[in-house]
Amino acid sequence: MELLKFSTAGSVDDGKSTLIGRLLYDTNSLTTDQIQAVEAASKRKGFDYLDLSLLTDGLSAEREQGITIDVAHIYFNTDKRKFIIADTPGHVEYTRNMVTGSSNSQLSIILIDARKGVIEQTHRHFFIANLLQIPEVIVCVNKMDLVDYSEDTFNNIRIEFEEFVRGFDRLHQNLTFIPASSLKGDNIVNKGESMDWYNGPTLLEYLENVQVNQDVNITDARFPVQYVIRPQSEEYHDYRGYAGNVASGKFNVGDEVVAFPSGLTSKIKQITTFDGNLETAEAKQSVTLLLEDEIDITRGNLIAKAGNGPRVEKEFTAQLCWMDTTASIPGGKYIIQHSNNRVKAMLKDVEFIVNTSTLEKDTERKQLKLNDIAQVQIKTAQPLFFDSYEQNKVNGSFIIIDEGTKSTVAAGVIL
Amino acid sequence: MNNHLKTLEEESIYILREVAAQFERPALLFSGGKDSITLVHLARKAFFPAKFPFPLVHIDTGHNFEETIVFRDWLVNKVGAQLIVGSVQDSIDQKKVAEETGKYASRNALQTVTLLDTIERNKFDACIGGARRDEEKARAKERIFSVRDDFGQWDPKRQRPEIWHHLNGMINFGENVRVFPISNWTELDVWSYIKQENMDLPSIYFTHKRNVFERDGLIFPASPYINMDGEDIFETDVRFRTVGDMSCTAAVLSTADNVDDIITEIKASTISERGARFDDKRSEAAMEKRKLAGYF
Repeated sequence: MELLKFSTAGSVDDGKSTLIGRLLYDTNSLTTDQIQAVEAASKRKGFDYLDLSLLTDGLSAEREQGITIDVAHIYFNTDKRKFIIADTPGHVEYTRNMVTGSSNSQLSIILIDARKGVIEQTHRHFFIANLLQIPEVIVCVNKMDLVDYSEDTFNNIRIEFEEFVRGFDRLHQNLTFIPASSLKGDNIVNKGESMDWYNGPTLLEYLENVQVNQDVNITDARFPVQYVIRPQSEEYHDYRGYAGNVASGKFNVGDEVVAFPSGLTSKIKQITTFDGNLETAEAKQSVTLLLEDEIDITRGNLIAKAGNGPRVEKEFTAQLCWMDTTASIPGGKYIIQHSNNRVKAMLKDVEFIVNTSTLEKDTERKQLKLNDIAQVQIKTAQPLFFDSYEQNKVNGSFIIIDEGTKSTVAAGVIL
Repeated sequence: MNNHLKTLEEESIYILREVAAQFERPALLFSGGKDSITLVHLARKAFFPAKFPFPLVHIDTGHNFEETIVFRDWLVNKVGAQLIVGSVQDSIDQKKVAEETGKYASRNALQTVTLLDTIERNKFDACIGGARRDEEKARAKERIFSVRDDFGQWDPKRQRPEIWHHLNGMINFGENVRVFPISNWTELDVWSYIKQENMDLPSIYFTHKRNVFERDGLIFPASPYINMDGEDIFETDVRFRTVGDMSCTAAVLSTADNVDDIITEIKASTISERGARFDDKRSEAAMEKRKLAGYF
């Protein structure tokens, strides 16, 4: 069984909670006590229907206001796959939570209310999916029951959406459109009888069959060193292993490798795991590498295959989402955490700030506020060893940390 | 190996290594339950062939199942770990907390004070816990690195965004971090992993004859730690699905004596794991409130 992580973006009004509730309910993923708790809470609130948002809105403040504020993670599985939903809010003031929830997703579901069509919020949701280069986007046109299951309405929304998407310089997505009614259950898990004109898969069918891991870079071998293992025991006297998670590509025993920043070369002597030694380690595997030669390697260093190294630079262009309530300081000093490396950095210049719904660029404003998405110039005190995010997601992304508060204030992708 | 378990395992090992690298004095909170046993197993894998570089910390309510304590000592010995015990009884004796009274009295909530005390005394800057997001809706909102203030409190509105694989463990003096490496595992994942890895568990997870009584539709172990209210005690075949303080952990009727049968049972179960935990039934926001106060 494979694991698929996907995200949903939207607010209660779009029927997002009902959609998730329907997915869980129709796949028998809810237990009796969970349903009973929702029933009791719905009754207390005076609702005459099951308020399924109570399942996902885990904080008192969210239930009080009837909105999703923070990302919730929801788990379910079918016979074919295990799923993790990152349920994110849809309002502009929670853009950072949307970015957070979507960052680890392999697929994003954008919800559209069939009565309202493509709105400002839809633009923002797609903008973020595109910024993060999520390979699969499902546009789910929901509440079809309220527009008499009209094929024309669905097609018009589709045309409007495709037109908006043409405004983007680069498209990284495979787009799929599904007309649905989560309230009635049409095209979520079961097909239903109301939309004979639609011949595509239901939402769950698509989720179960879509190809995963399309966003893994399999060509450029990168191994960021997380931790140096030295048992200092009798049995493993001179053992010196470099523990880490393979960021991309693959490493074989005998491969000639280069360590960054030192530039020193060696060969892979052994690939260790608790369950035995391996011949090959591939992307996403947590392993420990042993080298033929004793060279100086510490946490934050990168091991790559000889002849295929990363970019080693101190200045680069990136796209940022500012995530802190305190605005950025133009020219200010921060800490960048890239891979397992932390370096001092300066926000050298803000080239432009994008309006995520109109795609207009503001080149005047230089201070980034909460939820702003911008293109910036960054200068670091020491060189970083990176690839562009487009080539290599794991080695092309970073976060910015405020030295004073120690908070994560921004997320960035390297261009 | 099962594909999705492999994915979860790789992710958890990555998180555990980040803890060892980013913090000076981490510790693993060990309850004797299956989730913390899974954490110990993952920690052994993460630092192999070295021992994992942190002690196990057990917050002892004094109202434990004896089988869990026996198991704890056996495991500590087997993996050669250091064990630190924080005692709720000590906190009561020092008048830092008062024992609850009445029919539903439990030491579960008192643990928080002892935990925070133990963290402060040992100057731990990171505590690894076995909480999972699928357990409860407030836990579904929890980060993998969850920053707590000087008082150990969780502030759900001020959580750090966690983006991609970047875990930010930087903290100011006095703050500490709770780390949840198996956040993305479900109850069924944990059991499937226990089976796959052939892991040992305390005997109370498997069926046994025990004196029990019924209260509010749940079955509780008869014990001197529970204030009985004239309920009838009877003997039957039970096992425990979750292991906590004896006074708040209900048993399930079961004859499952092996992991396969338990997996079958969980798949068919119509109540959730925490449905058998009385501490969560106190109110709709019970877990959120305890977490705000510093619970893990």
